[in-house]
Amino acid sequence: MAVCIAVIAKENYPLYIRSIPTENELKFHYTVHTSLDVVDEKISAMGKALVDQRELYLGLLYPTEDYKVYGYVTNSKVKFVMVVDSSNTALRDNEIRSMFRKLHNSYTDIMCNPFYNPGDRIHSRAFDNMVTSMMMQVC
Amino acid sequence: MEGLTLSEAEQRYYCDLFSYCDTESTKKVASSGRVLELFRAAQLPNDVVMQIMELCGATRLGYFGRSQFYIALKLVAVAQTGLPLRVESLNTVKDLPLPRFVVSKNEQESRHTALYSSDADNPASYSGVIPPPPGRIQVKKGSVSHDAVQQRTSADQQESTSPVVSPQQSPPTSPHTWRKHNRHPSGGNNERPLAGPGPFWAPFSEAQPGSSTTSDPIWSGHSPPPHQENWVSFADTPPTSALLTMHPASVQDQTTVRTVASATTANEIRRQSSSYDDPWKITDEQRQYYVNQFKTIQPDLNGFIPGSAAKEFFTKSKLPILELSHIWELSDFDKDGALTLDEFCAAFHLVVARKNGYDLPEKLPESLMPKLIDLEDSAEAGEQTGEVGYASSPAEAPPSKSPSMPSLNQTWPELNQSSEDTAIVHPVPIRMTPSKIHMQEMELKRTGSDHANPTSPLLVKPPDLPEENKMSSSVKFTAGNTVTDGYSSSDSYTSDPEQIGSTVTRQRSHSGTSPDNTAPPPPPPRPHQSHSRSSSLDMNRSFSVTPGQQQAGVVAYPPAVPPRPQPSQGPGPHVHRPVDAEGLIAHTSTSPQQIPEQPNFADFSQFEAFAVSGVNKEEEDEIETHSEVLQVEKPSDSASSLRVAKADGRVEDKAPANVPTNAGKGTTPLAPPPKPIRRRLKSEDELRPEAEEHTQKTGVIAAVLASQPSIPRSVGKDKKAIQASIRRNKETNTVLARLNSELQQQLKDVLEERISLEVQLEQLRPFSHL
Repeated sequence: MAVCIAVIAKENYPLYIRSIPTENELKFHYTVHTSLDVVDEKISAMGKALVDQRELYLGLLYPTEDYKVYGYVTNSKVKFVMVVDSSNTALRDNEIRSMFRKLHNSYTDIMCNPFYNPGDRIHSRAFDNMVTSMMMQVC
Repeated sequence: MEGLTLSEAEQRYYCDLFSYCDTESTKKVASSGRVLELFRAAQLPNDVVMQIMELCGATRLGYFGRSQFYIALKLVAVAQTGLPLRVESLNTVKDLPLPRFVVSKNEQESRHTALYSSDADNPASYSGVIPPPPGRIQVKKGSVSHDAVQQRTSADQQESTSPVVSPQQSPPTSPHTWRKHNRHPSGGNNERPLAGPGPFWAPFSEAQPGSSTTSDPIWSGHSPPPHQENWVSFADTPPTSALLTMHPASVQDQTTVRTVASATTANEIRRQSSSYDDPWKITDEQRQYYVNQFKTIQPDLNGFIPGSAAKEFFTKSKLPILELSHIWELSDFDKDGALTLDEFCAAFHLVVARKNGYDLPEKLPESLMPKLIDLEDSAEAGEQTGEVGYASSPAEAPPSKSPSMPSLNQTWPELNQSSEDTAIVHPVPIRMTPSKIHMQEMELKRTGSDHANPTSPLLVKPPDLPEENKMSSSVKFTAGNTVTDGYSSSDSYTSDPEQIGSTVTRQRSHSGTSPDNTAPPPPPPRPHQSHSRSSSLDMNRSFSVTPGQQQAGVVAYPPAVPPRPQPSQGPGPHVHRPVDAEGLIAHTSTSPQQIPEQPNFADFSQFEAFAVSGVNKEEEDEIETHSEVLQVEKPSDSASSLRVAKADGRVEDKAPANVPTNAGKGTTPLAPPPKPIRRRLKSEDELRPEAEEHTQKTGVIAAVLASQPSIPRSVGKDKKAIQASIRRNKETNTVLARLNSELQQQLKDVLEERISLEVQLEQLRPFSHL
């Protein structure tokens, strides 16, 4: 269950971050922030030559006892980070991939919108709906 | 326009009169004819009537809106009491009797007058009702109009003046007061049954400062109020009032999108109010206006508006970027960053609605969805494709592209409606591949212009493709899209392994769209090539030469029917047939190799003359197309058998194979002739079988021709034209198919040469080491 979904821009500032309302949402923000290091590590580990073949889905970034963090990077270095609850029956990798794919598709739809300036916060309602569905669905 | 304070009785009376005059049921505009009748019935002198009309602003606006009508009625009352007509008199005259209309038509009104006068005992209660709701509404709506501030101030003024019993309190200059009155009857009608006037007065007086929420739902749930509010606000502003004509064409004179949008919104709201069930419906005038605006950005109505241009355009509407972004998300249906005409209309409509205070929906309303709009146009689009199909100008990519767009749109609504997954894939390849469009067109015509069936192109295409394979000696080359897949039949050089390979490729073509464009089938060609090399030198020579000829010919092919050797013969369009023959003859003169073919040509032209003589030739194609679905394999077999024929034996096999298959199915014998003719080039012995083939072919043709005449008779005169056009399109289709196959063949040849060169290089290399 995705407790938190974040879209991080290339410069590592958040374009969109949303978590299920809990008492300590800031914790998720911190988690996402720290996971960026892992993301960068994974990207750089691939090497320059493999940029083309690098898979967008990064997989499990790091698990903690409560939750797991998954990452996904687009070719334009926009990162999607998803925090899921470990207590939930282990989501299969495929499901995580499909969720990232949906995120990516919605993100490209946003980019297609000429009124969206890349680098702005994402305010799209369609994107919100999609993220909500993902968070609820996994709930 | 000055404000108008109406008593309750007056309000009701005027409302009824307006409804009476509202012959068009627009609920916004009183029919001028009726209004004039009414005024004449008021027994006022004509100049007074004119004066009234002028005062109420109708002449300025050009029509009688609700406000104008009410003002006019009030002025009539004023005039009837003998007071001078002044605008101020509208509100200052106290206890004005209701206007009397004497004409028999207006007995209804006089009856109403009596009715209302009896109800005049409770004018005060409702007047008190007036201030709060509008104030609430104004606060709630926060219309973009510049009158919004005015409205609020007026509401505040009214509220601050406290509920006054007298209905004739001097209202603020803004017209909202009377507008509120307008709204009042609709709300009052609701409220009347709720409570008696007396007690009704009290709660409202208390609720006034508090903006009671009880009537809020009544107002908020009421769609007319926003209509009237916004509509009136437009009427208030004289500059925009000029725009509020019924003709959006005049609106286009406005430079700013905003005022134009507001004007269209006024029209739109008028119309919307007349169709409460669908507030998002675009009226024809609006649509016409949107189309014109689209044209200013993008002259081609079938084209796209790029995102940046659309952004600039809609930014002019001065809506916040966030809302524009949301509107874009709603209206860009296919999420491609560009707006088609329908998407643009939807977006414009949403902008207009938003500017008038409508909240943007979360999802695109159905009436704005491109598919529904496409359905309206699909008939035209269908006709358009039909026209293209029936037109006598087939086989041209540009015109076929335009039907591809409406056909694309057709597939889109059909996609949404019938959820044909196969159709999802096709819009893209359809757009990309003209030949595919042709095939689809062909398919569309073949299935009786059943363009509403997206699966049919798919279903028939795979069989159609081998059909094409059979008809054209195409190279086995499974390129990415299905077209080339379909055309990936083996070429004329095939041997048995290649035959197998060709069947394999044909099966591959059946497997559907393969977006992989990188699949020239390697193994089969190579053994074939070695085989070709290992075969007689004549074949090599002929192969090496003919590609060149073919290349030259193929190059010349697209512009016109090229003078080319064997390839240009055959199942190509019958129209081109004579040209082909001539070309053949010309080529034979040029190429020494083709000298032995002269007898072939003679036979061929004889064959061709035979073919041309029969219009049924073209109907063959129809027959074969009609029967192609059933005979997927047979043409494949015949084709393969054709292509297998490299040696005489093969030719002979081909001939008998062709005969039964052709005779059996009535498939075009045109396909066989080119191939055997080509092969006849290769071997001298082929003259003999060629003669056989010709006779066989003529026999086949005769059989076909015999079978064909029945068909047009059975079909009827009407379909002959259709069939003729179908024929023509098929011809062009086959021409293009042949072209495609030829090009692929050339490619194959080039690959062969390259491989042969490489082999030679390798052979030479060890020598160099020595």
